[in-house]
Amino acid sequence: MIGGLSFAAPGLLLALIALPILWWLLRAVPPAPIRRRFPGVALLIGLKDDDSQTDKTPWWLLLLRMLAVAAAIIGFAGPVLNPPEERETDGPLLVLMDASWASARDWPVRLDRARGLIEEAGRDGRPVALVQLTDLPAGEGVAFQAANTWLARLDNLEPQPFAPDMGAALDWVQGIEGEFQSFWFSDGLDHPGRDDLAQALADAGGVIAFEGGRDVLGLGPARFEDGVILVPGYRLETEADRAVTVQAFGLDPTGVERELARGDLAFAAGDGEAELELDLPPELRNRISRFQIAGERSAGAVSLTDDGLQRREVGLLAGASEAEGQELLSPLHYLRQALAPTADLLEVGLSDLLLASPDVIILADVATLSPEETQGLQAWVERGGMLVRFAGPRLAGSDVARDQLDPLLPVRLREGGRTVGGAMSWGEPKALRAFDEDSPFYGLRIPADVRVSSQVLAQPDPELASRSIAALADGTPLVTRARLGQGQIVLFHVTANAEWSTLPLSGLFVQMLERLAISTRPVDPDAIDLAGITWVPEVLLDGFGTRREAGVMPGVDGIDLATAPLSAALLPGLYSGSERRVARNVLGAEEMLSAASWPAAIPVEGMDARPVVTLAWAFLSGAFVALLIDSLAALWLSGRLPGLARTAVLLLAVTLAPEAQAQEESDEALALLATSEVTFGYVLTGDARLDETSRAGLYGLGLTLARRSSVEPAPPIGIDLENDELVFFPMIYWPISPDQPIPSDAAYARLNAYLRGGGMIVFDTRDADIGRFGTSTPNGRALQEIARPLDIPPLEPVPADHVLTRTFYLLQDFPGRHLGRDVWVEAAPPDAEQIEGMPFRNLNDGVTPVVIGGNDWAAAWAMGENGRPLYPIGRGFAGERQREIALRFGVNLVMHVLSGNYKSDQVHVPALLDRLGQ
Amino acid sequence: MTLNTRHTPESLRSRSEAVAGSLPSLLADAQHLAATILLGEHGRKRAGTGDEFWQYRQAEAGDALRSIDWRRSARADVHFVRQTEWQAAQSVMIGVDDARSMTYSGSKARPSKLRRAQTLAMALAILAVRGGERVGLTHLAEPPRGGEAQLMRMASALMDPEDAGDYGTPRPQVMPLGARAVVFSDFLGEVGPVEEALGQAADRGVKGALVQVLDPDEERFPFDGRTLFESMSGAIRFETLKAGGLRAAYLKRLALRKAQLRDIARHTGWRYHCHHTGEGAEPSLLWIYRALEKVRL
Repeated sequence: MIGGLSFAAPGLLLALIALPILWWLLRAVPPAPIRRRFPGVALLIGLKDDDSQTDKTPWWLLLLRMLAVAAAIIGFAGPVLNPPEERETDGPLLVLMDASWASARDWPVRLDRARGLIEEAGRDGRPVALVQLTDLPAGEGVAFQAANTWLARLDNLEPQPFAPDMGAALDWVQGIEGEFQSFWFSDGLDHPGRDDLAQALADAGGVIAFEGGRDVLGLGPARFEDGVILVPGYRLETEADRAVTVQAFGLDPTGVERELARGDLAFAAGDGEAELELDLPPELRNRISRFQIAGERSAGAVSLTDDGLQRREVGLLAGASEAEGQELLSPLHYLRQALAPTADLLEVGLSDLLLASPDVIILADVATLSPEETQGLQAWVERGGMLVRFAGPRLAGSDVARDQLDPLLPVRLREGGRTVGGAMSWGEPKALRAFDEDSPFYGLRIPADVRVSSQVLAQPDPELASRSIAALADGTPLVTRARLGQGQIVLFHVTANAEWSTLPLSGLFVQMLERLAISTRPVDPDAIDLAGITWVPEVLLDGFGTRREAGVMPGVDGIDLATAPLSAALLPGLYSGSERRVARNVLGAEEMLSAASWPAAIPVEGMDARPVVTLAWAFLSGAFVALLIDSLAALWLSGRLPGLARTAVLLLAVTLAPEAQAQEESDEALALLATSEVTFGYVLTGDARLDETSRAGLYGLGLTLARRSSVEPAPPIGIDLENDELVFFPMIYWPISPDQPIPSDAAYARLNAYLRGGGMIVFDTRDADIGRFGTSTPNGRALQEIARPLDIPPLEPVPADHVLTRTFYLLQDFPGRHLGRDVWVEAAPPDAEQIEGMPFRNLNDGVTPVVIGGNDWAAAWAMGENGRPLYPIGRGFAGERQREIALRFGVNLVMHVLSGNYKSDQVHVPALLDRLGQ
Repeated sequence: MTLNTRHTPESLRSRSEAVAGSLPSLLADAQHLAATILLGEHGRKRAGTGDEFWQYRQAEAGDALRSIDWRRSARADVHFVRQTEWQAAQSVMIGVDDARSMTYSGSKARPSKLRRAQTLAMALAILAVRGGERVGLTHLAEPPRGGEAQLMRMASALMDPEDAGDYGTPRPQVMPLGARAVVFSDFLGEVGPVEEALGQAADRGVKGALVQVLDPDEERFPFDGRTLFESMSGAIRFETLKAGGLRAAYLKRLALRKAQLRDIARHTGWRYHCHHTGEGAEPSLLWIYRALEKVRL
């Protein structure tokens, strides 16, 4: 073996010694002469060659032959690059795969390597067991099986989106009896307990570790601080500077997921962490559903976002205060303080608020609303808005919801409200009762100093209990809620300022707002935040970072969600509970990826096993090519090449550049064909029947023209819009079928150039029997679709004095197979006016670039080779008359195309008048 | 069949068929070629014996009474004699070298030299016959004759190959006094016999044209590399290691041969023309026709 190169049959290389002998032999033999019959030989007799140079083979030809022979010898000796390494080849083999999220980045490579190893073990007849550490087999021990059984299962293996539990793995490994060798596919991360497992495996019979070469990259949960989104990123290798592109995905306004933003995560050298700052407008920010490292396929490289990133728009509105109040007494002050860090506040008039359509509208002590405002608010709530109202002196003093339920209040109110613990009352100010289990506030700790001294009271009502979500210690509802449409209405029975209660002064106020999803939590949720609620997974990540619907996965307890390590029971994903959604990502906020270190006793191999490359074929084909060149050279030397060379060059040209040549030739042929005579084109639609009708139609029209006029067109040519040049055709007939392909941009460019250059396209939707122009027939829609990028001027139905009506025949109708009246052409200039006494307007400019109709003219024109019509038109004589008129229209059309507006000239008016009988 | 063909009874039938098979195409070629030249009747442009009307002239003393054209004379006060144009038949002897060397063609796209020579010869014969001349082949011991039948006989004789040598020599059998003659050959063989034959012809007052028919390859010598040249029968061989190196020498010798032929022709009052099979036959036919006309007048 020499530098990774070894030979299957090194003995054959001895044949290289024979090369010098071959050299001598070849040098001695000159090339054979050509025998040539030639009468002029009589004149040659007696002539002498002036030199004798070529009686020996030239040195370069010899060298070529030597090389060919040498290559052949080496080729047959069987050179092999990267010959397979020698390993222990007996005893059972345990293949362990970490199969964690960090393995996903190069999972196919791992599988390939594992397959190679298992196949090798299979060749050696070793029993094999393949185990994923993230998916340990149930029970004790492991079943070593034939290698083939594992090969079949290998493709079904998937990495899991969490880290392996090394402790469980250690227990499991220690449960295996007997001696076995282990191949451990590590994900490169230092999971706790890994060293112990490595030691256990080494003890059990030796272990070889396999590690991938790619860096591990991950994203932590995104958070919102100081107006920017911060996305922490982690990496394993810290030597060099590195910039990683992070993409933010989310639904765009049309509901399609797309990349909304991207930024570069710049790791400094020596740093395993970096943070991406994204400054996005709120509309965009609220749409982001996940961040992802571009090009990384791993659950760790995906960071799902939850409410933490979303900032709701909250509209605040207080009842009109007559006097300028003090700041701390403003009903909105505490709300502003509570919401400003986590929500975007809007403080404008109600009508403007409704236009802005915020997520939440808070009305602090607003009693009466105009009917319009009520309707608007109601509609907004029904569409999913959340209306939060706070009570206050005005609400208490008004008649709102006294006798009947106000649509914008969850409960009916009793008059006046009550005051407890005031100077004029007996009772103490009331504390809050612990929240019920079905309350959204369940689990929140109630500070002892929260007291309510005044409130509005709800009318006793059968539904009151179900609508109450927070109550005072004596059971009177403090917060009530009612659903309306898709939205909800919440009423705090106290004021939003500290006048009626101390609630706005406490942290509970903020937490309650948060639970109602009015504000959103600013930072990572802790266990207490999440406790007490069962969180249901909505979207889960698999090991590759692909999101999939959770389906019927069981819910997760809040504390587990916050603290438990990820496992098969707690997959990373987006969990929802009550009003909120919480994302659990693979990597937390403060992670540190550390590389696995292996004891010196454990050999570590790379993932990319260098493939065994057999070089024999390369050498043999090299020898073959050299011999080919040699024979060509020999021919050239002996003067036999000229004829052969032409053939060869021709062959080469044909094989190497058939496309270009064919294209060029066909272009040229088309140009010649189309320009040597007047030729009409029709667009090939891909529908063979339709194309044949178009061809027969233009053929029939051509026959008619040849009989009746001096225009004798050549047979029509089908046009492939994508490839053919259009400028040769004076007129192109374009039948529309609903399923014909939309031309490419290049084709449109050619079409527009054609139209601007004075060409004419006759569009025929062929559906005048079922719909008028512009109606939504399938063909009509296809026409709109096709014609949209075309440069078409304003159109109008053919006016009675259009030159089309008199270029050859005097026509009023333009029927084809159908009798539709609508045929549209370029609109006359707006300043064209009819002069008194003249039958026609003076429209002397230009040929209309398009004629659009639906009368299926081609079918009416169509004739077979024998000049007989192909398609029946109408009934009996009337049908034949219709065909005749259709043909006349065709003639007029062609005359219009070929002679322009010649007939529009007023010179002909007297003759035309005469014929018109005026 | 001709007198000097050496048929065996076995070969007679097959050879006849082979000749008959290619005859129409030769005739067609020749007719086609002749049609491009045909200039009408070739009278002597003076009164004489012949069929064609030449002129009326006033009867003079000495004119026989029976030569007066009464119909013409009746319309005038004098007598007129109707004269016909003098049409004297000439003999045109045509020789075509049918040696092996003439069968050479350097490319499939070109006819062999022999074929081209035969075509030219027959076209010439057709022209002559239409002009009222008598034609014959030099190597046949037959006197020249006129008429369509003679064309057929000539064509058969031309197509009937002889077992000839590598290079042909002119060997005229019949040379009527004062006849015109055209000899088609590549003249690549010995020059001596040609000179001798032309001398004899000149002695008998026979004048005409030498037409050297060459293949373009023989003009250009486009060969290279180690080559073994053989004559058409394989009797003569010449080997060279570098054919390209001999080109200049070959072309020099060819030019010398042409000069020799031109000299011989000049000395004997003949004319010399070189025709290449790569070119069309018409210009050469026209040249030959003109050459014979000039000699004739």
